[in-house]
Amino acid sequence: MNWISSNIDRIVALTASHIWLTLAPTVLGLLLALPLGWWAHRSGRGYAAIVGAAGLLYTIPSLALFIILPVILGTKILDPVNIIVALTLYTLALLVRVVADGLSSVPHDTVAAAEAMGYRNWQRLLLVELPVAVPVIAAGLRVAVVSNVSIVTMAALLGIPQLGSLFTQGFQLRLYVPLVTGVVLCVVLAVVFDGLIIWLNKLLTPWRQRTVTS
Amino acid sequence: MNIFGWLTDPINWSGSGGIPAQIGYHLLYCFLALAIALAIGVPLGILIGYTGKGETVVAGMANALRALPTLGLLVMLFLIISPVVAGKLVYVVPTIIVLVLLAVPPILSGTYAGIQNADPDAVGAAQGMGFTKRQTLLRVQLPCALPLMISGVRSSTLQIVSTATVAAYLGLQGLGRFIIDGRAQANFAEMIGGSIVVAILALILELSFGALGRIIVSPGLRRVSGKSSSPLATAGAT
Repeated sequence: MNWISSNIDRIVALTASHIWLTLAPTVLGLLLALPLGWWAHRSGRGYAAIVGAAGLLYTIPSLALFIILPVILGTKILDPVNIIVALTLYTLALLVRVVADGLSSVPHDTVAAAEAMGYRNWQRLLLVELPVAVPVIAAGLRVAVVSNVSIVTMAALLGIPQLGSLFTQGFQLRLYVPLVTGVVLCVVLAVVFDGLIIWLNKLLTPWRQRTVTS
Repeated sequence: MNIFGWLTDPINWSGSGGIPAQIGYHLLYCFLALAIALAIGVPLGILIGYTGKGETVVAGMANALRALPTLGLLVMLFLIISPVVAGKLVYVVPTIIVLVLLAVPPILSGTYAGIQNADPDAVGAAQGMGFTKRQTLLRVQLPCALPLMISGVRSSTLQIVSTATVAAYLGLQGLGRFIIDGRAQANFAEMIGGSIVVAILALILELSFGALGRIIVSPGLRRVSGKSSSPLATAGAT
């Protein structure tokens, strides 16, 4: 416990960096997945191509992707930007199919009603289809954010500071306290982000009286 | 930084630390872990799918395991187990345990979901034809469950390949060695070269699972298999 109190500043800094490295790619991935998922939903050939490409991207181990990306991006090999880009790609790969499936799950009657009310295409998408698809997208986002919290820790092997740095420190010093602190904080972050999305989902879908959350 | 040079240098393609040897180690650990995970996950999945009991417990455990950071779990189990095992196995045993732990949930959920989602009409028809419960399970429910089972095994395999790479940090042999050793010596060509080999290995495994699915899944099931497998059920952090 002494270790925690004497290292509290560092733990807070690592947690802050972990939050940034997790949330930035999750939000970016979602923002990219919305238009791409919409396109995949609209065109059958696009769906097959995007889902196939996303599946292949998801198979590349994160540690390898962190290191291969700088070759493509021209960034420095130990730059945190690589982590953000890699996790954005994973999030996008996961969510693009979810968004497409979510939009396809909107009942035909709902779409027809919106059309009959004179909604234009983009109005129908933004005001009707997307809101109705929110619960499906939220379910995908929960998986993505929880996975991201865990994948970020791998960056510790490259020396990029975040909560995973406590794991490598625990290993080097053969100490349980930093290790357990890191694991507990990761789980807490995952639970908090998960809860945040559940809350946002409820907020965005007030017409759903009873939201199925799991 | 000459990646192509590193990948084509004959020195890196021979000897006990060369690329072929490390691919061999990597595959050996992966297949060992996958075999153990299958031996645990499939029977347990059949039991849960068949009886319908324990489903919520398993789903909860799978979610909890996703939130646990793999690297932290790996280091923690290593610190706990390594004093117990001696000699060369000190790196292998804790790693295999973590690999199995991560690989069981997707196999388990793929198996029980597959059995539960088996077409009720097909099951009913089998019963009507006088199949015993055992025959129904082996000849109808299990073949119907194959697409979801394969998708579970596929996620498990990719998870294992990925985690085995990370385990090089603890001292395990395998393709992760190039990444960890390259980092230690600031040899970026080696790090990138090793990463490319791991990525290719993962892609080859992924594509072979697609081919496997086409060979062993009954033609009657293929139409539905694409849509029915939810990407979320088996997705995990790699």
